[in-house]
Amino acid sequence: MTEKMTEKDNGGMLHMKGISASPGVAIGRVFVLDRRNRRIFKTYIAEHEVESEVQRLRTAVQKAGEQIQAMLRSMPDELREHIAILETHQLMLKDSMILDKSIDMIQRKMVNAEWALDHSLNHVRRLFGHIQDTYIRERIHDVEDVVARIQDILSGTQGIPMEQHTNPVVVVAHDLSPADTIQLNRKNVLAFVTEMGSRTSHTAIIARSLGIPAVVAVAGVTKYVFTGEDIVVDGITGDIFIRPDEDIIAHYTDKQACYIQHRQAMLLQSHLPAVTADGFSVSVQANIELADELDVAIASGAEGVGLLRTEFLYVGRNDLPSEDELFQAYFECVKRMSPKPVTIRTLDVGGDKFLSSLPVSPQTNPALGLRAIRLCLKEIDLFFTQLRAIYRVSAFGKLRILFPLISGCSEIQQIKVHLNSVKEQLRAEGIPFDEDVKLGVMIEVPTAVMMADLLAKEVDFFSIGTNDLIQYSMAIDRVNEHVAHLYDPLHPGILRMIHRSAEAGRLQGIQVGMCGEMAGEPAYTPIMVGMGLDEISMNADSIPKVKHIIRRCNAGLCRELVNRLLTACTSQEAREILEDFLGRYLPDERQLTHPYLCDAARH
Amino acid sequence: MSNEIHVTIENRLGLHARPAARFSQLASRFASNIRLIKDGKQVDAKSILEVLTLACPTGTRLTIAAEGPDELEALTALQVLIETGFAEYD
Repeated sequence: MTEKMTEKDNGGMLHMKGISASPGVAIGRVFVLDRRNRRIFKTYIAEHEVESEVQRLRTAVQKAGEQIQAMLRSMPDELREHIAILETHQLMLKDSMILDKSIDMIQRKMVNAEWALDHSLNHVRRLFGHIQDTYIRERIHDVEDVVARIQDILSGTQGIPMEQHTNPVVVVAHDLSPADTIQLNRKNVLAFVTEMGSRTSHTAIIARSLGIPAVVAVAGVTKYVFTGEDIVVDGITGDIFIRPDEDIIAHYTDKQACYIQHRQAMLLQSHLPAVTADGFSVSVQANIELADELDVAIASGAEGVGLLRTEFLYVGRNDLPSEDELFQAYFECVKRMSPKPVTIRTLDVGGDKFLSSLPVSPQTNPALGLRAIRLCLKEIDLFFTQLRAIYRVSAFGKLRILFPLISGCSEIQQIKVHLNSVKEQLRAEGIPFDEDVKLGVMIEVPTAVMMADLLAKEVDFFSIGTNDLIQYSMAIDRVNEHVAHLYDPLHPGILRMIHRSAEAGRLQGIQVGMCGEMAGEPAYTPIMVGMGLDEISMNADSIPKVKHIIRRCNAGLCRELVNRLLTACTSQEAREILEDFLGRYLPDERQLTHPYLCDAARH
Repeated sequence: MSNEIHVTIENRLGLHARPAARFSQLASRFASNIRLIKDGKQVDAKSILEVLTLACPTGTRLTIAAEGPDELEALTALQVLIETGFAEYD
């Protein structure tokens, strides 16, 4: 933490600072969700009380099961993917290691149910402590959640079931497990404040998707604030004020109103084109996974779908989708987006997504293994089905095809041979299609950057995929907690690779875009403009912000910014150059650009 | 008398939370006493926590032993579950 705590006086206002994880301002009462400090007392019971104590435990377990069941029923759609967590909780609740062991403990040692549960939990903790697989080892948190739920029912404190809170609160916690976050009644959550976490942690992602302000990594906050106290949370800067004085409340009430107004104004303007003050225009498009997301994308001002991920059509089933199914899905997107273009990316599985319908033998390093275009070129039927469906849809609207994980020209040459066969088939069958569907490649493998000048002669557009490009170029596995902090889009090497790809595209006169996470970060928007990218594609919620920034940029100044960035030696230097630029030319846009920078500076 | 079968865990992440949940859930549907055995270590197949603590990464060879009125039915069902990769995408 860079920021020190400043305490005005004892019991008075306390100012703390963390990482802003989701923007917005909240002013309200605190609800502390902390299970670590739960006090469990050991109480001996008399022999004649044993039966009733066992019964008390059974009743609590039963109740806990009903609570979980109720949550499962009322799970909002956007959180349905987390349903499995709660189903696992149901099983753990009645697991013999918890229930039978605790009952046994009550009977043999004649102790209270709370203590018996604690004893069982500690036993499970010890066993889990020996597990080498981190993923399985971390399931202990689910066991802890479950036991805490039973203990809360036993003690009558009901600490966790936020669904019972009728008044909106600011939830303050050491950390929120995925289970915690989905259990909270989000209508009653004004903001999240946690001691742990980062901008990419679960809480942050959920908070952003729900539009709830969040500040994470506030060291020790649960020690300084109590349930029922007042708090101000600034999700834009990462500041929090515990027991705020009148001045602070007045100031943040204004800021909250400004923020809401600002956000509405941005949404209202989101349909205006993204043109810089000096007339340079950028096409801002949406990354989409499901056709359902199209409405939000269009409402946010998307000028097309820059990346239609198609993996969702394949996952969660035991067979492969038919050509007609793919046709229907693509057709739906193209029709609803028309006349704006849709860029369909061919199947990108094998790296972090796997199909039960297409088992691939285990690979020690799947990110570098048989995945994406390599898998498609090996499983030709799989590839043909996609290409046929895409070409059939091309007769009905504007679409482009994007191929992932291209390392150089040879993949493109192979792809073109297949494309010709597909076209011949369709012609022979008398099926109409667009002869001139634009073809593009993801620039995400470092060798593709080196070959960009020649690749540009083979295709109609580039789409720079920064997530994988950074991962592969810097040799950093983003999900590996030991190195994830090194992952940095502002590494001068990465900036140079983006620049090189953009230049190669421009010289050949093809369109160059970007569809990685970097494209959706407002603080980086001036870099995108300065690099001369023709289109940037991002999650729908970033579109209004990025368009807003573009309209306030001057492309000439942005090009100077990029020239300066290309001379930077270190990420730190690049960050300072960018911050200086933002402070100088976009001072009023700090709400949009600041959150990310203060997060990045901690890396 | 009990019956046994040998299986190999083949899904990529091994017997992690979701497959372990499905496994213990299915095992619980049978009356027989069912044990999961790895390198001589035995656990109750009906307990998700015990199954998890057995820590079975992909490639692990396991023995499932069942004893009771529906032991063959149980073994067949559990074997199919494992062989189909827990019918899940992971």
